[in-house]
Amino acid sequence: MTPPNGQYAYYPGCSLKASAGAYERSAMAVIERLGLHFVEVDDWNCCGATEYFSLNKLPAYSLVARNLAIAAAQPTHELVAPCSACYLNLRKTDDHMRLEPKLKEQVNRALAAGGLHYEPGTLHVRHLLDVIIDDVGYEAIAARVTRPLAGLRVAPYYGCLIVRPFGDNDPEYPTHMDQLLEVLGATVVDFPMKSHCCGGHMTQISEETAFELLRQILDNAAAYQTDVIVTVCPMCQLNLDAYQGNVNRRFGTAFNLPILYFTQMMGLAFGLQPEALGIGSEIVPAQAALNKIGQVPAEAPRHTPKRRDKDALPMPSRQRR
Amino acid sequence: MTEERVGVYVCHCGHNIAGTVDVEAVAQWAQTLPYVAVARDYRFMCSSLGQELIEKDIKELGLTRVVVAACSPHMHEPTFRGVSARAGLNPYLMEMANIREHASWVHRDDMAAATDKAKALVAGAVRRALELKPLEPFKAAIKETTLVVGGGIAGITAALEIANSGYPVIMVEREPSIGGHMAQLDKTFPTLDCSACILTPKMFDVGTHPNITLLTYSEVEQVDGYIGNFTVRVRKKARKINTDVCTGCGDCWSRCPAKVVDEGFEAGLGYRTAVYRPFPQAVPKYPVIDVENCIYFQKGTCRACEKFCPTGAISFDQEDEILVLSVGNIVLATGYKTFDPRQIPQYGYGRLANVFTSMEFERMVNAAGPTGGKVVLRDGVTTPKSVGIIHCVGSRDHRFNRYCSATCCMAALKFAHLVKERTEAEVYQFYIDMRASFKDYEEFYVRILEEGAHMVRGRVAEVTDAARQPGEEGKLIIQVEDTLIGRQRRIPVDMVILMVAMEPQEDAVEIAHRFGIGCSNAGFFIERHPKLDPVATMTDGIFIAGACQGPKDIPESVGQGAATAARVLSLIGQKEVEIEPIRAQIDESRCSGCRVCNTMCPYSAIDYIEDLGVSRVNPALCKGCGTCVAACPSQVISGQHFTYEAIMAQIEGLLYDVHAGNGHVTVVEPQPVEVA
Repeated sequence: MTPPNGQYAYYPGCSLKASAGAYERSAMAVIERLGLHFVEVDDWNCCGATEYFSLNKLPAYSLVARNLAIAAAQPTHELVAPCSACYLNLRKTDDHMRLEPKLKEQVNRALAAGGLHYEPGTLHVRHLLDVIIDDVGYEAIAARVTRPLAGLRVAPYYGCLIVRPFGDNDPEYPTHMDQLLEVLGATVVDFPMKSHCCGGHMTQISEETAFELLRQILDNAAAYQTDVIVTVCPMCQLNLDAYQGNVNRRFGTAFNLPILYFTQMMGLAFGLQPEALGIGSEIVPAQAALNKIGQVPAEAPRHTPKRRDKDALPMPSRQRR
Repeated sequence: MTEERVGVYVCHCGHNIAGTVDVEAVAQWAQTLPYVAVARDYRFMCSSLGQELIEKDIKELGLTRVVVAACSPHMHEPTFRGVSARAGLNPYLMEMANIREHASWVHRDDMAAATDKAKALVAGAVRRALELKPLEPFKAAIKETTLVVGGGIAGITAALEIANSGYPVIMVEREPSIGGHMAQLDKTFPTLDCSACILTPKMFDVGTHPNITLLTYSEVEQVDGYIGNFTVRVRKKARKINTDVCTGCGDCWSRCPAKVVDEGFEAGLGYRTAVYRPFPQAVPKYPVIDVENCIYFQKGTCRACEKFCPTGAISFDQEDEILVLSVGNIVLATGYKTFDPRQIPQYGYGRLANVFTSMEFERMVNAAGPTGGKVVLRDGVTTPKSVGIIHCVGSRDHRFNRYCSATCCMAALKFAHLVKERTEAEVYQFYIDMRASFKDYEEFYVRILEEGAHMVRGRVAEVTDAARQPGEEGKLIIQVEDTLIGRQRRIPVDMVILMVAMEPQEDAVEIAHRFGIGCSNAGFFIERHPKLDPVATMTDGIFIAGACQGPKDIPESVGQGAATAARVLSLIGQKEVEIEPIRAQIDESRCSGCRVCNTMCPYSAIDYIEDLGVSRVNPALCKGCGTCVAACPSQVISGQHFTYEAIMAQIEGLLYDVHAGNGHVTVVEPQPVEVA
């Protein structure tokens, strides 16, 4: 639901202020174009990322609840988080406080030390992708497109956190970003690994595990002649981008796949300058791929029989009957 | 009313009622109600001894009304009406109080509350019984013709059984040919006999039977009337072929230049032309022109079929016809559709070329199918070296259909056999539970195991072409938790077959509404009783058979088809039916002719009489639903057996305070609503 004044409480999280600066730049540029108004939550703190919850749950919940309590003071009850991990932690805390009265009481006792209180259910925690798709809608987005991304083969990579366990889209095979990218004019490739895990912070713990997960994702995208992998999560972007060289060295592969944020793709389609969207700050350079915009896209993926094959059996359409 | 004598009979129903309701207390309490001459409880009121008990009381105590507190009237109202009639009491003076479904079953854990509620229901029934009037049932002749809707194996069986008994049958089928899904299959489990070989003689019999009128490419649009006397409107869609002169020679379709993917008979695996006959054994033999894909109808030129037809049978200007049929009974055998596996995108159907549905595979292994029975990948030439068969696709899954589709386990085993028979491929079955529960089914399962099919227990997570390990490149990888070894497995295969669920037809709810029967939440037609009356419906004279009632295999569908025939024949044999006299009546002297009831009546049973300026109910069409009674602004329509007096008396009885004693009615004063 679009809030009446188009205003949202905005929780950037640590990544967007540091490693994912390009995400924040492009997101802000795009939401301005779409007429949405984001007000940053005052004095927010880290959401604890993925680790804190596995160490000690109560302080982890309290840490997140502090952000919820502060955000709840804003006039809007729509809270937006662009980072998938922040989104999940905020939503999980709200949900668990609602379902577990004991947790709610403990957390609020901790918050009381700082003069704060949070009533679960007050805020509607949302991911930036859902806000853009559900509140703005494909039609309004299409109306803003001035420079369609025609010729670019993109692999929509959702990662795991925005579809599981929360989210209204199919957790196994979400398609809402696919449709968004189609609206932008790109050729969306079938990407079976779209909601598989990138390993998260596993690169810090077990390179062997993390690099294998990354290899699978990159390999699958490459198999579909992808030009760009599009993500919604700073963690996914960082892992696939920064460790692509390591993956190549370890496995003897030669992946050269730029990893961009969906907001950067939107900005490009809206005709914004690449610099204004933070393009250029990625480690695997995107320029060569982006030069393909306006050209004829690469060939269709393997396995699909060609129509002209005399013996081939008809392929079922992708649309539901 | 002083001379009224009511008998109250409280049934234990074994433990069903007596386990929760203190039936003795209910009977003793009922004894104290006004006009109650006798109140008894008994273990099984529906038993012959229970029935005799009531009969004896009616005769010896001179009862004028009977109240039976027992189960749902759906079950035993006819029983106790019969009891009353045998004892010389008008059967419509018997009233039932449902203290099983309405009290004991729903208040399992609270005996006191269940007992109080039973008392209140009995009090309501006694008060209502005092207001009942004797009624005489109508008698109506039963028309001998039976309508069978749906030409699959269930409908075919029903039609042949009835027709062979010497009575006329009209069969309506919406497709151009009868045969249904069974005609699409190659072999049938567990005997592996050829589906078409056992079906086509029956189809031929239907087509040539002197007692059967076959209307293919036709749909029922409207149904009116009641048991014995239905009027049915059927739209006979234009074939664009003059069947009087067509010989079915095939010159038209062999010349037709329009190639269309055949989503019907070939399940999307093959092509047909725009003028086509679904399959060689089709009954009737005539083709149809598919207007949407016909080049002439779309672009205005072509007419190749017309040019080459040797008998001049092509008739481009043929129009739909409306037929009005008069039938006595109706058998619905409208069948099922298959689940669309695109709803589970991680299984890759529609994305990954070599993922097939079970129906596609049926066509592939059929000798008359698009590949001539060869098992090949989507490219049409490569033979698979390994095949994965995934069970329960869209079945036993809370996101789609909770129920088991009953046929897929056995069909999957059959596929394993057919793959083994025709290729060297390894076959993997991914199952949750194996269900092989009828005659010779378990033996078939063992046979397939002996043939070397691999069984993996666990619901498949995904089918992907994203290779991870050596040996997976170019394959479809099935990712599954093998719950027997407790590990994740990745099994690379060349071909995947999805055993898709059986679902109700797209328009099942609409069809049910048209025929005035019920649909379950899932959309399957509801039978009158799941165990004792599986082929009848709540609407007399309408029967159901086959997969429109729930997932079924061929033997079960045939059994049901024959069962409906037996039921229809027993009705025809009675020559006439008794029809409940529960009808609406209009007091014409007070009717203002506003015609509100005319438009409300769902059975079009109320006519406006111009000359008199009043409305009148046609008792033959009225079903006694009461819609007009509630709608009449002047309250001049009364429902027989459900009069205002009877309903008000029942409500008063229900409000009777079961603790305060006789005569006291609890009246709750309405509280004034606070206005802010």
